[in-house]
Amino acid sequence: MSLRNSLIVYRKELRDMLRDKRTIRSMVIIPVIAFPLLFWGISKVMSSVMGEAATEIAPIMVQGGADSPKVLAALRKVPGIKVLPYREDAKQEVSDKKIRALVEMPNDIDTVATGSQSEQVSIGYYENDVKSEMTRDKLQKFFDDYRDGVARAALVARGISPNILEPFKVQANNVAPPAKVSAAIFGGWIPYLIIIFSFTGAMYPAMDLTAGEKERGTLETILSSPVSRTDLVIGKFLMVMTASVVTAVLSLASVGFAGRHMMSGAQQQTMNLSISPSTVIAVAVMLLPLTVLFASMLLAVALLAKSYREAQTYVSPLVFVAVAPAIIGALPGVELNWKTALVPILNTSLVSKEVIGGTYHWTTMLMVFGMTCVYAAIALGAAIHMFNREDVLFRT
Amino acid sequence: MIEANNLCKNFKDKKRGDIHAVDTVSFTCKPGEIYGLLGANGAGKTTTLRILATILAPSSGTATVAGFDVVREPQKVRAHVGFLSTATALYDRLTAAETVEYFGQLFGLDSATIERRTNELFKALDMEEFRDRRCAKLSTGMKQKVSIARTLVHDPPVMIFDEPTNGLDVMAARSITDFIRQCRDRGKTVIFSTHVMTEVEKLCDRIGIIHAGKMRTEGTLDELRQSYGKDSLEEIFVEVSGDAR
Repeated sequence: MSLRNSLIVYRKELRDMLRDKRTIRSMVIIPVIAFPLLFWGISKVMSSVMGEAATEIAPIMVQGGADSPKVLAALRKVPGIKVLPYREDAKQEVSDKKIRALVEMPNDIDTVATGSQSEQVSIGYYENDVKSEMTRDKLQKFFDDYRDGVARAALVARGISPNILEPFKVQANNVAPPAKVSAAIFGGWIPYLIIIFSFTGAMYPAMDLTAGEKERGTLETILSSPVSRTDLVIGKFLMVMTASVVTAVLSLASVGFAGRHMMSGAQQQTMNLSISPSTVIAVAVMLLPLTVLFASMLLAVALLAKSYREAQTYVSPLVFVAVAPAIIGALPGVELNWKTALVPILNTSLVSKEVIGGTYHWTTMLMVFGMTCVYAAIALGAAIHMFNREDVLFRT
Repeated sequence: MIEANNLCKNFKDKKRGDIHAVDTVSFTCKPGEIYGLLGANGAGKTTTLRILATILAPSSGTATVAGFDVVREPQKVRAHVGFLSTATALYDRLTAAETVEYFGQLFGLDSATIERRTNELFKALDMEEFRDRRCAKLSTGMKQKVSIARTLVHDPPVMIFDEPTNGLDVMAARSITDFIRQCRDRGKTVIFSTHVMTEVEKLCDRIGIIHAGKMRTEGTLDELRQSYGKDSLEEIFVEVSGDAR
């Protein structure tokens, strides 16, 4: 082992990579440009959809209520709603999005409301359609208020205080710090993004420095120099890890910038995340062994291939290996315990989520860091082993 | 000095089972001498030379190159060898000078020595004009010169050439054969493989004909002519290689 030789290789690979337009594109430009564009696009689309839904006069139809002019008259006065004459295929029209909702109620609802038996009003709407759901909410509120009013009036008529309807109030208050609430929702996606980018950032150089060298015939040249194969793979590994870290950092900076400047005030408030420098450092430290794992794993696998194209077919499935635990870790509700702490990638994702939420469990952090170091060491050992195998280097 | 002693190299192949790519090959190559390894495609030339350059390890047998054992001291062997083949390509995104510098560093030379050697070699090989041009932009002949400078930067006592003229045009091939001759004249130990008879006749002091992994015959051109009673090397080669079929 000679660190000097590894560093010579590293410097050369770095210079080589920086001159390669394809690397610059995949490592720098795409992550830096993509996020602001994505956020800008989402925020544009969201505000235009919401704005349209909010200003729309929603057409609805009412079935029944023939003997109840009071309810119908009050309903017609609800702002943002227009009652169309009832047609037979009203339900179909809701699902065709021609009207926003269909109200079905008994003909005699006015009289029933003063009586003792309970009747039913149903609202037909289109689930997950923003405009239809907003109309449903308006109708729901209208009927709730109307029912309350009728009940209160009836109580007053009988000389009973309407307060009996509400002997006490129930109110749920959030006592968790807002940062932790946001962390539970959004905190998972930050490590997810870093994990994905540290993986994709390492992918291209790992293939280029192994299968790419075989394909271009430079591998035999470098093997004829006195540099040992272990020093060679360490140099290449350092380069791939650099690419991984740089891509992750750049994309994260881009996410941060986009989050701060490309979203509306209301959206920013829901993402109430205050990320301090110490959070960034802690997350970076936790992620460092993961970049070692990715770089080594990719080098070991890509070296098996004879050509760049072949390497792509080996590496593409690995994307899912990296993405799946990262997605699971990003889901709200998935938490760190001694079992999840053993799963590589997932454990780092979960521990980062906790740190972003302001929770520092030093023992679990140490355990996750240690476990990832073990996995990283195994992967690096595998990469070194691969570079020392003639049948892998000279596969025919 | 190169001494190969009963070198063997076996490969495992899924379809064909064990392949004896090199089978008990022994020969000696002295300083100031060009040793020509002659053989058809797949005869075992490349494998033999890769073992000598320590790119592959022998399955059994030994070889010493420049006084170092290829199995026990492979890094020292590589430090004393210049290896050039048609398969040893250059890094496209490095310039000619950077390529030579990179290999100079890997051979453990200090920067002053690298600069001196680079200047000497670029002058001797007439490469000043494309010194700072990237290898991707060079012609085949220019690339060949960069490769030569790359193999010579550490002034190795032993040179190993694996089919160095393969795929080159007449002029580029000629510059290589001239270069091989110069190496010998400077007292280096030179071994090279080819399947071009005329190159062997023109250049080689000693000739070994290898076939199906085995060294079939060895000697100077005159010795071979005498023992086979034939004047043309091609005739001798056909007879030697035909034996096995």
